[in-house]
Amino acid sequence: MSILTVSNLTKQFGGLVAVNSVDITVEKGSITAVIGPNGAGKTTFFNLITGVYQPDKGNVQLGSTSLIGKKPHDIARQGIARTFQNIRLFSNITVLENVMTGLHKQLRAGLVGTLFQTKTVREEEKRAQEEAYHWLEYVGLAKHLNEDAQNLSYGAQRRLEIARALATKPKLLLLDEPAAGMNPRETRELTEFIHRMREDLDVTIVLIEHDMKLVMEISEQIFVLDHGEKIAEGKPAEIRNNVKVIEAYLGKSAVTPA
Amino acid sequence: MHKLTNKLKGNKLAQIILLVLYVLVTSLSLYLAQASVTAFLLLLFSLLLLYYTELPDRLKWVIAGVVLIGVIPFVSSTGPGYQSYMEVATVVGIYVAMALGLNIVVGLAGLLDLGFVAFFAIGAYTYGIFATGQAANFMPFGDFPLSGESFWIFILIGCFVAALFGVLLGIPVLRVKGDYLAIVTLGFGEIIRIVFNNLDKPVNITNGAMGLASVKPPEIFGYQFVYPNQFYFIVLAILLFVILAVRRFEYSRIGRSWKAVRENEIAAQSMGIHLVRTKLLAFAIGASFSGMMGVVFAAKQTFVDPTSFTLLESITILVMVILGGMGSVPGVILGAAVITILNLQVLTEVTNYLNQLSLNGVISFPEALAPAKMQRFIFGAILIVFAIYRPQGLIPAKNPVFDEESLKEGSKKHRKEQITVEPDKGFQA
Repeated sequence: MSILTVSNLTKQFGGLVAVNSVDITVEKGSITAVIGPNGAGKTTFFNLITGVYQPDKGNVQLGSTSLIGKKPHDIARQGIARTFQNIRLFSNITVLENVMTGLHKQLRAGLVGTLFQTKTVREEEKRAQEEAYHWLEYVGLAKHLNEDAQNLSYGAQRRLEIARALATKPKLLLLDEPAAGMNPRETRELTEFIHRMREDLDVTIVLIEHDMKLVMEISEQIFVLDHGEKIAEGKPAEIRNNVKVIEAYLGKSAVTPA
Repeated sequence: MHKLTNKLKGNKLAQIILLVLYVLVTSLSLYLAQASVTAFLLLLFSLLLLYYTELPDRLKWVIAGVVLIGVIPFVSSTGPGYQSYMEVATVVGIYVAMALGLNIVVGLAGLLDLGFVAFFAIGAYTYGIFATGQAANFMPFGDFPLSGESFWIFILIGCFVAALFGVLLGIPVLRVKGDYLAIVTLGFGEIIRIVFNNLDKPVNITNGAMGLASVKPPEIFGYQFVYPNQFYFIVLAILLFVILAVRRFEYSRIGRSWKAVRENEIAAQSMGIHLVRTKLLAFAIGASFSGMMGVVFAAKQTFVDPTSFTLLESITILVMVILGGMGSVPGVILGAAVITILNLQVLTEVTNYLNQLSLNGVISFPEALAPAKMQRFIFGAILIVFAIYRPQGLIPAKNPVFDEESLKEGSKKHRKEQITVEPDKGFQA
C-alpha cells in the first residue's frame, strides 16, 4: 500500500524548472531515499510536499488526501514531519521545550484554560513534558534537557530535530540530509537509528542523502533526481549499475570509455 | 564585597532581615523627611532587592504585596508630596502593564511593533467618549455621560475593543515581516492618532483636536475615585492580573508557539503551528493590556486628546522593553519603572534644580538644554548603549528549568504504552 503518491509534480522558479513532472510512489512502512547531484531539486521536492512551496502542476497525496493548496501547518497536522538541511531549531529555548513544541498539535490548552490554569491544562502540560522527555531519551539527549538548543553540538542538534519531528507522531518522516557533517561513526549510528525508528514507530521514512554508503545500506527504494527530473528508480543494486545515474554523477565519459 | 555577597548567598534569614531593615530605613526616611524623592525611589528599589533574594516565590509575592499595598501608600501619605508620589507610582503601573503587553508582541512573538500606543488610545477613547456627553452626538439612544459606575465594565470593554483592533490591524499587517512590519505598524499608530484628531466631522465622535474634557471619574457605591492615591489601587489590581496572565501565557502551549514563531517561522509551521493565528493572538493579548490601561488613563486624567498618543509614546514603551530585557517579565517591569521614573521624577527634578541654580545666578543655564526636554536624546542614547553592550537587557529572559527526576519517572508511562527505549544502547554520539 502506498502512503505518498506524487504525480506529475512541477515547480518553476522563473526560467528554472526546479522539479519537472516527477512521479514517485512511496510504500507504507518503507525507507526510501531521494538522491541526486547538487541542485537536482531534492530539497525543493521536500518543500513541495510539505507546503513550503506550492507546485505549479501535479498532485501530492498522503494516503487518500490531496495536499495541494494546503498550508504547511495543515500538512503537518495531516501527519508529515520533517527535518531541515540547514538545521532549523528554536535556538533560544530549551531542548525540552523544542520537543514540546513538536507536541503542539496534540495539545488542547486554549486561551481561557491557560489563563485560569485549569486542572486539565496543568495535567496536559505535565504530560507534555513527560512525553517530550521520553523522546529525548529515545534519541539519547535526555541529559541535555535544560540546555538552550543552540548550545548543543552539531550532531546533537540533528538528533534534536529528529526528536522534535517524532514528537508530532508523523506517519511520514522526511529527513533532509540527516548525515550531513557527521563523521563515519556518527553516520553508522544514524543508520542503525533510522532502522530502529522504522521498527519501533510505524513510520514511513523518506530521506535525502549524499552519503552513498548510508543510502545503499538503508533504503529499500531509491529515486534519483537530476536537473529536476526523475532519471531512475529502483532497488539499491539496480541504481548502482544504472547508466543514467552514473552519467549524472560522474559525467558522460564515465559511461562511454574513450 | 565579594565575601559579603558570598556569605549572604544561601542564607535566607540574613537576606530577609536585611530586606526588612532596608524597607524600614527607607520608609522611615520617607516618612520623616517629607517630599524626599530620593527616599521614595530607594523605597521602590526594595522591590528589586526582593527579586534578587532567594526566598520562595510565594513569600516574595506576599512581601511585594505588603510593600505595595501597605508601606508605600502609608509612609508617603503624611507629607505634601503624597499625591505626586502616588501619581508617579500610578503612571509607573500603567506603563508597566503596557510594556508587558508590548513584551508579548516584541519579546515573545518577535514582531516589532512601533505603533503600540494606538491600542492605549483606543482604550482611552472607548471610555472617554461614553463617559462624557460626547456619545450623545451620534448615539440615537441612551443617556450620556454614563455614570462613573460604568468604569468597571469599561475596563473589560476597553480590553476587548483593543484586542479586536489588534486583530483587525494584524490581519493585513502580518503579511509583512521584520523591518517592513515595523514600518507598517508605525504607520498604523499614526493613522489612529490622526483619525482621532479628525473624527469631529461629519459626525462628531472624538471631538477632534479639542479632546474630551471632564471624563467621569470611576465610582462604586457612591464612592468616587478622583485622586492618584485612589487610582493607585485600581492600577495595582489590574497590574496584578496582567503579570499573572503574562506569566501563565509565557510557559504554556501558547507561549511556546509564540517563541517558536519568533525563532523560526518555517520550522514552527512544520510543527503544525498556525502562523497567522499565533501572531494575531499575540497582537490581541498585547493590545488588550494596553486597552485596559487606556481606560484607566482616561478616567485618571479626566481629559483625553490625541496629543497623548504620539509616536514618541510608542518608542518610549519599546525602550522600556529593550532596556529591561526582551521576553523577560521582571526585566520589562524594571525597564518600565526606570524609564517612567526617569521621565517623571529624575529629569524634572534635575531641571528644577538647574533652574534654581540659574535663578540664583550660580550658573547660567539656557532653557533649551533642560534635561526634561532631552527625552528623545536620552532614550536614543539608552537604546544605542544597550544594543551594543547589553542586548539581553537589565534582567535577561530566563528559560524554565525542568526537574529531570520527576520527568524520568513520568516518561516511563509513555515507554510502556508505545515502545521500548534503551537509552544506553540508543543513538549516542
